[in-house]
Amino acid sequence: MDIVEINSLTFDYIRRDEEGNVEGITTAVDDLTLSVKPGEFIAVLGHNGSGKSTMARHINAMLMPTEGNVLVKGMNTRNSEKHLDIRKCAGMVFQNPDNQIVGQLVEEDVAFGPENLGVPADEIRARVDESLKAVGMYAYRKNDPVKLSGGQKQRVSIAGVTAMHPDCIIFDEPTAMLDPAGRKDVIETAKKLNREGITIILITHYMEEVTGADRVIVMNKGKAVMEGTPKEIFSRVPELKALRLTVPQVTELAWELKQRGLDIPAGILTEAELIAAIRGNARNDG
Amino acid sequence: MIRDITLGKYYNADSPVHRLDPRTKLIITFAYLISLFIYKSPAVYICAFIFLLSATLVSKVPFKYILKGLKPVWFILIFTSLMNLFFTGGEPVFSWWRINISREGIERTGLMLSRFMLMIFGSNLMTLTTTPTRLTSALESLMKPLKVIHFPVHEIAMMMSIALRFIPILVDETNKIMKAQLSRGADFESGNIFRKVKSLVPVLVPLFISAFRRAGDLAMAMEARCYHGGEGRTQMNPLRYARRDGAAFAVFIFYIITIVFWGSLIPRITG
Repeated sequence: MDIVEINSLTFDYIRRDEEGNVEGITTAVDDLTLSVKPGEFIAVLGHNGSGKSTMARHINAMLMPTEGNVLVKGMNTRNSEKHLDIRKCAGMVFQNPDNQIVGQLVEEDVAFGPENLGVPADEIRARVDESLKAVGMYAYRKNDPVKLSGGQKQRVSIAGVTAMHPDCIIFDEPTAMLDPAGRKDVIETAKKLNREGITIILITHYMEEVTGADRVIVMNKGKAVMEGTPKEIFSRVPELKALRLTVPQVTELAWELKQRGLDIPAGILTEAELIAAIRGNARNDG
Repeated sequence: MIRDITLGKYYNADSPVHRLDPRTKLIITFAYLISLFIYKSPAVYICAFIFLLSATLVSKVPFKYILKGLKPVWFILIFTSLMNLFFTGGEPVFSWWRINISREGIERTGLMLSRFMLMIFGSNLMTLTTTPTRLTSALESLMKPLKVIHFPVHEIAMMMSIALRFIPILVDETNKIMKAQLSRGADFESGNIFRKVKSLVPVLVPLFISAFRRAGDLAMAMEARCYHGGEGRTQMNPLRYARRDGAAFAVFIFYIITIVFWGSLIPRITG
C-alpha cells in the first residue's frame, strides 16, 4: 500500500474582503496526483508560488483539499477523527527554525511530540535520547535552543519529529533560512533517516539538494510538470530554465559542453561524473 | 538598545534546595510571605532571618545574587523609610529645625525595612533555585483543582512557557529592527519623553507584525506535532514529591510553630 496517495488534489486560496465577500480565488494546487511508496525519498522542486508547500501541508492534514482526496496510510485527511493518527504518521519540519521550537531546553522540545501523544514518561526519555543521538545533537540536550545555530535548530526540530516515530517526514523547505554548512547537515540527516527506512518528502527550491532523491517532481502553477529520477530531470536543462529553476553548476556545464558537440551523457549530477565523462572523451579522441 | 533580559534569573547549581520539588518551594515561599505579613515583631523577623539564612546556605547561591533582588526596589525602600522616619509622631529622640525623629518612627522603619527585605530575599531565593519551566509546571499542578470550575489551567501554563521561550527571540528582533531604523536615520535618543515614545511606534509596528506571524507558524508547528490541548498529555519529567520534600516541609512547620509561639509570647507592636 502506498504511504501517501494524492488523488487529483485541488486547493483554492479564497481572498475575502472585510464583509466576507469573495474577492478573488487563487488556485495553489491544481489537479495534482501523486503517490509515495514506503521508504521512498521524494523531492518536490518548484520556485516560489508553485504550490509545493500548499501540497505538503495537505499530507499533514493542516489544509483540507478543495477537491480531490489525500490519503495517508489509507486514512483520508477529510476525516477529522484521524487527524492525530495522520500527524503521528506523517511528521513535518518547517522552514523557520525559530518558530517551531516549543521547549525551553533542547530535550524538552524533542519531548513535546511524544508528550502530546500520551507516551509514558520512561519511554519519552528513551525516545528523546534516541532521536537526539540520531541527529547528532545529544551533546546539546541541556542547551537553550536560542543559542544554537540555524542548522542545529533544524536538527533539533527533526529530532522532535522522529521522537514521534513517524513513518514519513515532510520537509517543507527546511534549508531556506540556513547557511551552506547548516543546509548540508540537514540534508545529510534527511538522507540518513531515509536509509533507516523513513519515507522522506523534501520540498525545496535548491536543485543541489535533490540529487540524492529516488524521484523528483517539479511543480509549476500548482501542477506537477516533470517527474522522474534526478538524472532524467537534470537532463532536461532548457525546460528547467524555463521554469526559472537554477540547475546545479556541474549539470549546466555538462549540458553546455554537450551542446558544443562533446559526447557527454545527459543528466550529470556530480563533479566526479563530469570528470569521468570528459576523460572518456579525451581517450576516444586520442 | 535593549540589553540582555534574563527573566527568572536562575542560578545554576546542584543543591538540595535546587532539587526540591518546585511545588514544595512554591508553597513554602507563599506561606513564608504570609507569615511575614501576619507577625510584626522583631523576634519573629529574627526567626525568619535564621530560616532564610540557613535555606540560602544550603542552596549554595552566593549572597550577592540574593542581594541583587533589591536593585529594582531600592529607591522605593529608601523613600518609604525616610517617610516613616520623619513623619511618625511620638516621643522625639532627635530634633533639629522642623525635623523630628521619634522612637516609634525608628522602630517602625526598622521593622518595615526588615520585613521588605525578608520578603524580597525569600522570593528571590525561590526564583534563583527554580527554572521557569519547573515553576510553570508547579503552577499547573497546584492549580489543577481549578479545572473543576473550567479554569484553563493547562492553557495558561502552556502560554506562560511559550512566552518565556519567545522573550529572547523578540528582544533580539527588537534590536534588529531598531538597528535597521537607526541605519536609516531614526532617532530614539533625543527629545522629551513624548517624542521618545512616539519614535518607538515605527519599531513596535513591525515587531507586532512579526510576532503575529511567528505565533501563526508556531501554532501550525505545534498542531503538526499532535498538540491538542492538555487532554491525554503526559510529561517527560513529571513532578514527584520525594523524601527531601517531606524534610523541607518539616523544617518549615518547625519555623511556623516557633514564630506562632514567639509571636504570642511577645506582645505585638501595632503600627
